[in-house]
Amino acid sequence: MSRSSSPSGSGLHCPPPDTGSHSPRVLMGHGGGGLLTQQLIRRVFLAAFGATVQAETDAAIVSVPGDRQAFTTDSFVVRPLFFPGGSIGDLAINGTVNDLAMVGSMPRFLAASFVIEEGLPVAELQQIAHDMATAAAAAGVQIVAGDTKVVERGCGDGVYITTTGIGELRPGIALAASRVQLGDILLVSGTIGDHGMAILKVREDLGFEAAITSDTAALHGLTAAILTCCPKTRLLRDPTRGGLATCLAEIAEQTGRGLEIDEASVSVAPEVAAACELLGLDPWLVANEGKLVAIVPAEDAEAVLQSMRDHPLGQEAAMIGRVVDDHPGRVVATTPLGGRRLVPMPVGELLPRIC
Amino acid sequence: MKHLDAYRDADTCRRLAAEIRALTTRPWSIMEVCGGQTHALIRGGLEELLPESIRMIHGPGCPVCVTPIEVIDQAIAVAERPEVILCSFGDMLRVPGSQESLLAAKGRGAEVRVVYSPLDAVRMAEAEPTREVVFLAIGFETTAPANAMAVRVAKQRGLANFSMLVSQVLVPPAIDALMQDPATRVDAFLAAGHVASITGTEAYPELSRRHGVPIVVTGFEPVDLLAGIRRTVELLEQGQAICDNAYSRVVAEAGNLAAQEVLREVFEPCDRQWRGMGVIPQSGWQLTEAFADHDAQRRFPHDAPPASEAAVCRSGEVLRGLLKPTDCAAFGRECTPETPCGATMVSSEGACAAYYHAGR
Repeated sequence: MSRSSSPSGSGLHCPPPDTGSHSPRVLMGHGGGGLLTQQLIRRVFLAAFGATVQAETDAAIVSVPGDRQAFTTDSFVVRPLFFPGGSIGDLAINGTVNDLAMVGSMPRFLAASFVIEEGLPVAELQQIAHDMATAAAAAGVQIVAGDTKVVERGCGDGVYITTTGIGELRPGIALAASRVQLGDILLVSGTIGDHGMAILKVREDLGFEAAITSDTAALHGLTAAILTCCPKTRLLRDPTRGGLATCLAEIAEQTGRGLEIDEASVSVAPEVAAACELLGLDPWLVANEGKLVAIVPAEDAEAVLQSMRDHPLGQEAAMIGRVVDDHPGRVVATTPLGGRRLVPMPVGELLPRIC
Repeated sequence: MKHLDAYRDADTCRRLAAEIRALTTRPWSIMEVCGGQTHALIRGGLEELLPESIRMIHGPGCPVCVTPIEVIDQAIAVAERPEVILCSFGDMLRVPGSQESLLAAKGRGAEVRVVYSPLDAVRMAEAEPTREVVFLAIGFETTAPANAMAVRVAKQRGLANFSMLVSQVLVPPAIDALMQDPATRVDAFLAAGHVASITGTEAYPELSRRHGVPIVVTGFEPVDLLAGIRRTVELLEQGQAICDNAYSRVVAEAGNLAAQEVLREVFEPCDRQWRGMGVIPQSGWQLTEAFADHDAQRRFPHDAPPASEAAVCRSGEVLRGLLKPTDCAAFGRECTPETPCGATMVSSEGACAAYYHAGR
């Protein structure tokens, strides 16, 4: 019955309270733990993740074979939430899947935690959840647990996501910096710098038109191919934040060995190279979200390279260098011009050069 | 990119390096003035291709390095005002002032934003009319036209909330000052091609004559750099103290006339303090009276005591080619890229940081 149908008035009529249940935006109440929270979970997360989420209990119960598992967590903060090639949802799944994959495990279960800024359009959250569900399905992992909190407008960048994952270790695989030996070969799975430049281009609204797309991808399939081909693989790393240069510098430091990189063999997409050049950035320092560095014994390098190239995410894989006796703990690149330069560990955030 | 490939060709570089080796009969010290050239030399590992008797000295051409401490302190003071958004090029943020860097001030709550072009700061002023947008305009003749254009556009659009903190510096007076110092050990200069592309080459023949040094206008790609060095060695070996242009594909003798016109309208020469080198007469640009309303120096006066460099820092001697970074007692000890004592350790183009990263 609508109020207008009782003009005579039979007492006071309060306007129906705005419960927020149909709000197109996330409200503080969505984080209150009550009905609204349940509705948000149903509308957004259960709708996307489906039956795999164990929503009725405080913790999910899972079964992973073996007496040792891989276990990791990662938080995702990115502006903008959507970018060419993906969204924070893709990153949140692929990032944790990749961390699990880099220790030689097959990712199995994920938990996802959301800190949502008041005012975020629910449709955007739904899109993010949908991207996560798609990425999880592609990676063969189940999202089994989660949490949501809402913070006041202005206290977050839309949404922050933390994912925690468990992976099943492949038997007979031991990946460690200590296993890296003299003469081992370094391989990289493709072009570098794509993700960071894709983000920068949209975030800073840079006026160039080059089509640069994030490389965000789950790498467990590629790592499986590498480890099947070469169980003696020494080390796998994904050069995310800090880029290839940071990843290599860390490996050199941890192994205490020298790495010699043939600069010409590290490929950078022409659009990414041009954008970096314009902005005074070094593509070796720009983030990747779907690439890996593998270190393998020299005798297996050709076979591993072939196995990588046979995989859709490694078609542009290349051997980029080797572990050497010289300059222990440091990375040296031989330039296309025949010179040599040290590849330093960057200091802080990536800042463009002025000239 | 295709166009540039020719100037990065390994065979051409090797041929040029061989020619330089063949030409060189004795030791020469050549200063590349521009930080961009320093960066390219290191990035390409080019010094390894040169004969040992050619010593490249990384000169004062890193705009981040030579920006005086007082300007950084003033930028921080301005940025700390609640109404201000301070805009700067990225690598300026890490440079230490007398107390701290802009990055540290940002961490304490000052609004400091990185822009990629001075016009971005103008657009910001337009979009946020209630805020004061201050652009930290540093650099050599190369950055000056874009900075001049930005302030001119702001004036045209009546953006009273846009101003510039100007610390522009000029190359020829710096070369002059370096050569007037009897301690300086530089046999020849590579003049920065991009500077000359704006200003033309007119200032250099006189400098060559007066100080008896060859000056060769040189570009930034590996082939350009090696061609510039080859021409320099040629002139040195022949004992010819003249100016020559080894970058004629970009640099015209008269320079960029349109840019010069904007520069004349917006800037006028002034004495300028250089970090590590002191005050050099008529070595900078300041805004003309017509742009006084957009001059952050006047809008946000800052009376701070003159600041001084950390006592251990000898960056001034490094900038003048008197001291190798590795001969400084603080190098790699108190002074590293994470904890720089002076500006030459901060920017990747600074001589000390370059040596540090090269692992020397």
